[in-house]
Amino acid sequence: MSVDAQTAEASPAGPPPEAYKGSLWERYGVTAVFLAPALIFLTVWIVYPTLSTIRRSFYDRDGSSFIGFDNYETLFTDDTLFTAIRNNFLWILIVPAFVTAIGLVFAVLLERVRFSTAFKVAVFMPMAISLFAAGVIWRLMYEKDPAQGTVNAGIAVVKDAVTPSGVLSNARPSTDALQGGPKGGLELKDAIQPGEVAQLGLTAIRESEVPEGAEQAVVPEPLAGGITGVVWRDFKPGGGTPGRLEQGELGLPGVTVELRDDGGSQVAETKTEPNGTFRFEDVEPGTYRAAIGPETFQTPYAGVSWLGAGLILPSIMIAYIWVWAGFSMVVIAAGLAAIPRDLLEAARTDGANEWQVFRRITIPLLAPVLTVVFITMLIYVLKVFDIVIAIAPGSVQDDANVIALAMWRTSFGGVNDFGLGAAIAVFLFLLVIPVLAINIRRFRREV
Amino acid sequence: MTAAAVETQEQPVVLREPVAKKIVRFLSRTPVYLIIAFLGVLWLVPTLGLFFTSVLDPSVIGREGWWEVLSKPSQATFDNYREIFDNEAITTSIWTTLWIALGGTILPIFVASLAAYAFAWLEFPGRDWLFLVVVALLVVPIQMALIPIFSLYNDLGLFDTVLGLVLFHTAFGLPFAIFLLRNFFIGIPRDLLEAARIDGASELRIFFRLILPLGLPAIASLAIFQFLWVWNDLLVALTFGRDTQPITVAIFSQMRQFSANIELIAPAAFISLAIPLVVFFAFQRYFVQGLLAGSVK
Repeated sequence: MSVDAQTAEASPAGPPPEAYKGSLWERYGVTAVFLAPALIFLTVWIVYPTLSTIRRSFYDRDGSSFIGFDNYETLFTDDTLFTAIRNNFLWILIVPAFVTAIGLVFAVLLERVRFSTAFKVAVFMPMAISLFAAGVIWRLMYEKDPAQGTVNAGIAVVKDAVTPSGVLSNARPSTDALQGGPKGGLELKDAIQPGEVAQLGLTAIRESEVPEGAEQAVVPEPLAGGITGVVWRDFKPGGGTPGRLEQGELGLPGVTVELRDDGGSQVAETKTEPNGTFRFEDVEPGTYRAAIGPETFQTPYAGVSWLGAGLILPSIMIAYIWVWAGFSMVVIAAGLAAIPRDLLEAARTDGANEWQVFRRITIPLLAPVLTVVFITMLIYVLKVFDIVIAIAPGSVQDDANVIALAMWRTSFGGVNDFGLGAAIAVFLFLLVIPVLAINIRRFRREV
Repeated sequence: MTAAAVETQEQPVVLREPVAKKIVRFLSRTPVYLIIAFLGVLWLVPTLGLFFTSVLDPSVIGREGWWEVLSKPSQATFDNYREIFDNEAITTSIWTTLWIALGGTILPIFVASLAAYAFAWLEFPGRDWLFLVVVALLVVPIQMALIPIFSLYNDLGLFDTVLGLVLFHTAFGLPFAIFLLRNFFIGIPRDLLEAARIDGASELRIFFRLILPLGLPAIASLAIFQFLWVWNDLLVALTFGRDTQPITVAIFSQMRQFSANIELIAPAAFISLAIPLVVFFAFQRYFVQGLLAGSVK
């Protein structure tokens, strides 16, 4: 797209209006026809409303009485509104920098490979879908339940690999022989020695909670030089003796059994078989205690509350960065491509290493492009609305509030205070002007 | 390369990379390829998540994650989509979105082209100042217009109408469109225009027969941007509509009971983003081109 400003300023024109005194219509009628529609639209929908809103902001909620700067005062004193301003402040501090940086990293990575189109498309694609649709997508991703929310599911996978959830949720000893509870483990009161068999009976386990694959419990044979035992569900419907392993009582598989020495520290650990039996082999002579380890009762991962008041801001920001990284990457990649290769080669020949070349030559040359991206993001972030209203559930809207959302909620979302809403709009306008002015001035310089 | 330079001067210098160097280069490239592949997949996951959620059987939603679909294809069903198309609110909203987006694209581009031509090639006093003012209007955020237009539309009976929304989008699309098109039109060779004028063609004729066809690349770029912008809009439609709902608003009103409605929201959301995606893939080149031209909306 050729943009030749010089020619523009030097007045490219059709024939100048003829010298004779034709009527105004004859001279400028055509121009009027071309310009009128646009000017009408702009005046009615932009110019007039701007002036009207400014005026409206000085009046009260239904427009009847003049209240001066009261609305603006409310802007900073009201909790909800102040949170919105503070949040926007955080947004402009964090998001444009991240988006620019990520775009830079991606662009640099891309430069080193060929067939980059697939990657470019994948990263750029979120820009095509609306910020609202992106919001819906991430609302799904952030569901707390690891069975639904992708993010928590990912974390659960890692967490389960490190601390797998236990097979039981709760249990109590069936007799005095066992002491303790799920928190610290259940330990056999009596010490045991190699060659003996330990029996750990548990109760208060619902039938549905018995781990899969459980079989009839058996008392194992003693092992010379080792310790064997059984962990079973000591519960016989309709009677039975607690502490005695009876027919119909199931062993508990997957239970973590610890062997502890006299001092209480763990010496060995194993898991029970489907029939509840376990064995420790090659045990040094001495006295030990057998215990059911607390890992048996490890609760399954409940999920991080991404949509809760504490994390909602970063959650939305992440989603936003996901959308805009593509824009940043594409623009910066174009800037990178425009850097003349000889400059870089010359530096390398002079002995500069890659990092120096990058820092001293590439980055400074990229500065204009990086600025474009950064400032563009600043402007958009100031006005952010769609993605916030899509991701934040109603209960945390106050915590996630931003200026654009606050304006809408105040004017149309129930509060219906047009005066205050107008003030918020004007405030947003005042914030945006300086940033856009910088941008437009840069355009004028380039154009 | 230096190794090759050491070769005797009599023989032609054959630059062949020693195998060792090739291996090093491969090794230093592979991690980059791996990282890029990983990042690319990572970026696709959210959208894929939505798609697979939308094909989950409603009874499964809430108990199992969408990734289970990959291993148990039997749980995938397009019933959700069938339900959507039976849902009148959703189907109507798709049409509404189409009308609003088409109107909100064609009208501003047409009006902007007229004005852009005037700013580029017609002489009148104060032309450049007026152009600056028009471009400066880019600064005004939509929020500034919401309240007054709300009242205005209520008085004029334009509230809750497709026309009202189209007109609003047109107005706010103008500053950027005029800016872009005027800069493009200026690049048209003066001789072409002069020749046409000498031949006695009226300005309107020049506009339709010469300028518009020549301006097609810029107009196409602009059209895609504007179409996507209007299609994806939520704020304007939310403010000026109630029963007239484009698909964004339709989904939004379902989101109050998000967990209960996933089997409705997921497919609807996917449909609403499928159109822009198709447009995007079909017109990738123009999209990126337009971006690099410095789009600030």
